[in-house]
Amino acid sequence: MRPGAKRRKGYLASRSVQAAFLIVLVALWYLATSRWHVSPILLPSPVAVLFQLWDIVSTGEFVGDLAVTLRELAAAFGIAVTGGILVGYLVSRSHYRIRVFEPLFAGIYAIPIILFLPLYVLFFGLGPASKIALGATISFFPIALNTIAGFGYVDKAFVAAARSMGASDYQLFRYVLLPAALPVILTGMRIGFTVALLSIIGSETIASLAGLGHRIVHLAEGMEMARMFAYIAFVVAIAAVLNAFVSTLEARARRAR
Amino acid sequence: MTTNEVAIRVVGVSHRFGEETDIRHVRALRDTSLDIVHGELICLIGPSGCGKSTLLNIMGGLLRPTAGRVEVFGKSVRGPMPRDIAFVFQENALFPWNTVAENVDLGMLFQGVPRAERGTRARRALEAIGLHDFADHYPGQLSGGMRQRAALARALSLETGILLMDEPFGALDEQTRMILGEDLSLLLARANKTIVFVTHSLGEATFLADRVAVFSARPGSIKQLIAVDEPHPRKPEFVTSAKFATIRNALYGLLHDEIRKTMAESAAPGPEPRA
Repeated sequence: MRPGAKRRKGYLASRSVQAAFLIVLVALWYLATSRWHVSPILLPSPVAVLFQLWDIVSTGEFVGDLAVTLRELAAAFGIAVTGGILVGYLVSRSHYRIRVFEPLFAGIYAIPIILFLPLYVLFFGLGPASKIALGATISFFPIALNTIAGFGYVDKAFVAAARSMGASDYQLFRYVLLPAALPVILTGMRIGFTVALLSIIGSETIASLAGLGHRIVHLAEGMEMARMFAYIAFVVAIAAVLNAFVSTLEARARRAR
Repeated sequence: MTTNEVAIRVVGVSHRFGEETDIRHVRALRDTSLDIVHGELICLIGPSGCGKSTLLNIMGGLLRPTAGRVEVFGKSVRGPMPRDIAFVFQENALFPWNTVAENVDLGMLFQGVPRAERGTRARRALEAIGLHDFADHYPGQLSGGMRQRAALARALSLETGILLMDEPFGALDEQTRMILGEDLSLLLARANKTIVFVTHSLGEATFLADRVAVFSARPGSIKQLIAVDEPHPRKPEFVTSAKFATIRNALYGLLHDEIRKTMAESAAPGPEPRA
């Protein structure tokens, strides 16, 4: 068998196991609600959830909340990328600054920043501003840390080679430092995106006026379990699409350097 | 141009890594002087840490010496001189995110060669080194020997009078090293370049060099200069000749004591400088 065909077979096999796992999960869910008398208040039937999901999508009810969440995400991620790359680059330019700031950022990144949500709400209110600020803070650290790692540890041989051939500061940055650092920075951006999405939806469920997280908690409080599950499924689908999109962008940028 | 013209003049160069007050400072090079004649290939050979690579980096303007000075074609060296000097490093100095052709092109871009000229010069350099079929490969797709050929092509495309080579074949196996050595000798006969070549290998030094500078143990300086009177391009048969054996043995004798000294000293604490 050719190696390509072999790899393809392995891919198909692992994909079918993944699909089977999900099917079994949904089947168990169905059985629990139809045969094993689990209360619909705790676990609504998958059929009911599917109907609700259809209703949410066909009426377009989701548009308002989705727009709020996506706007918060875009603003938070934009701030985190700009700030993280700028600060990361400046830190990476001196060994002293790397020694000071890298452990500091890593330490802050390790604490659950979401604990400060009440403080953010006090400062920025219940609206989108507090979600943007929190998302940007949480997403800043992986981006800044990876930018430091990317620019700070470029192989000295590359720099010496470029300098010996007469590279200017700009050329050194454009043709050596940036392409050397880019894969690491892109990984930081992907992680930053994921944690921004997590923290924004998470904080919407805790204290907010609108957004997908807010909608889910609102439905839970109204005991509309089937519709709440439908929204959760909807958010999972959106998150999967966004993450796939970001991964594709990352792979494309890697090739283009 | 006369053959006796000095291309590189090293005058009383010493180098120390770290401040003298720092207990961990290392004296790498001690009061070294050397005149390198236009068109010759000189090998620097010596025990690890004797400062031969340090001297090469100082010649190329990548390192400022603590004392002494270097002149290249009569000009004092204050920094990299991309018009006159090209480097070939030990390994992995090709940019892995660029193809071989892009690497060669980038070197000329850094050097300031106009775009229109770069294409022809790149092709010429790749053909001279037998790599034109691999122009669109990435360094990661090539063997170690091919990568060093590509690095050599990049240096050749810069069309400098001087080539500084820092153990360029050091990471290669003996057979590949021999073939690349023969190619380099052939190239030298054609190109009339001045080459300074740092190596650990006695055989490589004997085969390639017009003169071999043998370094003493750290802090290194030139212990003796040995001439190898054999025209380029050198034939593979040269390796089995009596002349080759005599010179190689002389080098071995000179180096042996210095290597013993280095090994005795390396038991003492202290950072390892670049070899």
